[in-house]
Amino acid sequence: MHKRTRAAIAMMTAAATLALAACSSSTPGGGSSSSPATAAGSTTTVGFIMVGSTDDAGYNEAVSDGAKAVEKDLGTSVKVITADQIPENDSVTQTMQAMVSQGAKIIFATSYGYFKYALAFAKAHPDVTVLHQGGFLDGTFPANFGTYWGQAYDPVGLGGMAAGGVTQTNKLGFIYAFPIAQTIANIDAFELGAQKLNPAAQTYVVNTSSWCDPLKQKQAVTALLDQGVDVFSQHQDCQSTVIQAVKSAGKKIVGYHYDAAALYPDGWLTGSAWNWAPIYEKIIGAVQAGTFTGGIYNANWTGSFATGDNPLELASFGTSVSADLQAKIKAEQAALTKAGSSIFTGPIYCQDGTVLVAAGKVATYADTNSFSCLVKGVVGTLPSN
Amino acid sequence: MNIVGEVLTTAIPGSVALLYPSLGELISERSGVTNLGTEGAMLAGALSGVAVTIATGNPWLGVLASLVAGAACGALHAGAVVWRRANQLASGLVVWFLALGVTSVLGSPLNGQVIDPLPAVRIPGLADIPGVGPALFDQNPLVYLAYVAVPALWFFITYTRPGLTLRATGERPAVVFASGSHPSVIRFAAVTVGSALAGLGGAQLSIGIVGNWSDDMTNGYGFVAVAVVIFARWSPIGVLIGSYLFGAALAVSSVVQANGIAVNQYLLDALPYAITIVVLVIVSGFGRSNAPESQRDALSETQ
Repeated sequence: MHKRTRAAIAMMTAAATLALAACSSSTPGGGSSSSPATAAGSTTTVGFIMVGSTDDAGYNEAVSDGAKAVEKDLGTSVKVITADQIPENDSVTQTMQAMVSQGAKIIFATSYGYFKYALAFAKAHPDVTVLHQGGFLDGTFPANFGTYWGQAYDPVGLGGMAAGGVTQTNKLGFIYAFPIAQTIANIDAFELGAQKLNPAAQTYVVNTSSWCDPLKQKQAVTALLDQGVDVFSQHQDCQSTVIQAVKSAGKKIVGYHYDAAALYPDGWLTGSAWNWAPIYEKIIGAVQAGTFTGGIYNANWTGSFATGDNPLELASFGTSVSADLQAKIKAEQAALTKAGSSIFTGPIYCQDGTVLVAAGKVATYADTNSFSCLVKGVVGTLPSN
Repeated sequence: MNIVGEVLTTAIPGSVALLYPSLGELISERSGVTNLGTEGAMLAGALSGVAVTIATGNPWLGVLASLVAGAACGALHAGAVVWRRANQLASGLVVWFLALGVTSVLGSPLNGQVIDPLPAVRIPGLADIPGVGPALFDQNPLVYLAYVAVPALWFFITYTRPGLTLRATGERPAVVFASGSHPSVIRFAAVTVGSALAGLGGAQLSIGIVGNWSDDMTNGYGFVAVAVVIFARWSPIGVLIGSYLFGAALAVSSVVQANGIAVNQYLLDALPYAITIVVLVIVSGFGRSNAPESQRDALSETQ
């Protein structure tokens, strides 16, 4: 009995240590740039929750950069608190609760898997505005809930053009995490982009069933190299492993989420990188002004090239991309800024020949959220139930 | 390239990252101590390996650091279990929690930084064997060391005097004490050395395979190592089979997809765990179990 008590104490110590560790990593560096006591009413506490590390050279670092920009740009009107490495389970609810205890009135839940927790939390806390990054709510929005995202597939398609223009083997590799609608749209856009410059280009897909599992990412690269793939892209949260593996093999990479050209300047073609600060600031402004409910952010908001507010931008070009290829990609980007244009302009066919987007039609953001097939030219299948 | 070769090429490095912790766990358990902190020791090894490699530019110093970090985790566990008579399972979990928390805090600035992984050293002749040659003999030196480690450990615990003492400590500590050795010292040493090997497994993952650090990058492979040892019934050969099987099954998922073959993904994800358990249970049906007798006491509720 005595021994078991000691074990229990040891366990509690461990739990406490872990909690401390988590706190010190989650508490923001410069969280309190304002003095809430003097500015009661005019300072809004804003929380950002991230699933991974703020230094992942990927999705989470982009969110972290956005949060830092908000803090810098909005000055004393906001107090920013952040939490990173919060798993997609009940932990996110606890984190949101903790943020509310610290006075948070706006919470940005930025990982895809947070969706149901964020929605439930919004319903339970009508006085807190909860935003989910990347989700799509098919139904009625609570007055204090919103989702936002960018038409990621357009810049991803531009990346696909770079890949198609550079490949020697006509085999491209795409390493993804989960077969969610966003990812399916990205894979399809990548292949369609590649076909614009190289009709023979094929995209081989491998999934890892994790947003960031370095071993599986490396294995995916190795397996794709064996197929003769010479240009890689990905939809993972962390980019480093795939970029490093591609570098070791001397192949090319199209990035996603974050401009990581510095990791491999010779092999980086281009990519897409999130610039979240503008939309974060607009949403915070809407909440502060009392115009959030019923407004465009109290719905599924999406930025795009066509509307000039796509939070996902084309990343820098690497040294190996010729001026000619850059010009072609930039011309396509310019074309996409015309209203009603998209990489998903029909006719587009699924692998099995069925029509995904009819001739003359352009898929809307809502349409892409129900995409469930890979387009012709993609090699591989989606995980099925 | 044939598909078997592709699976092997993809699988071997990952298998080795699992093999070292499994061998370490085997040493620890043969002395009578279960170490669930193996997962934590892998994390500590993975992080310190990358950190030291970045700081010094020498990956071999990183490997050394991973051994030290792993050993430190082991010493912590052994100290609690052997000297303070703490519950083995609780202490192991504490070490894991601690390592998980500490590595994610200390490793935070290293996320996203990349290093060149240990270079492959091609063995002339052997690497030219069609099919399996490149997969087996065009790997980094830690992989080759693993080839030697299994027979060496098997020989050590089966045929040498210190190996006998190690086993005896796991079976009947009182007898070891009566023969003039100190079971506590032997257990402390076994857990520490075993945990150092877990750290080496972490290094194989971070600097041998992927060339960077990311939080919780071991993804539970340390616990798989513990399971492999138990299902392999504490035999080095069984651990060898289990580790390579698990690694191969993990790689099958990527290779099958890259070949464009339609297989249920969720099945593929479960495959490494299912296949390893099933095969080891079948294999362990032959011959006797090497389960150390004192393990039964250590893990039972009645102590």
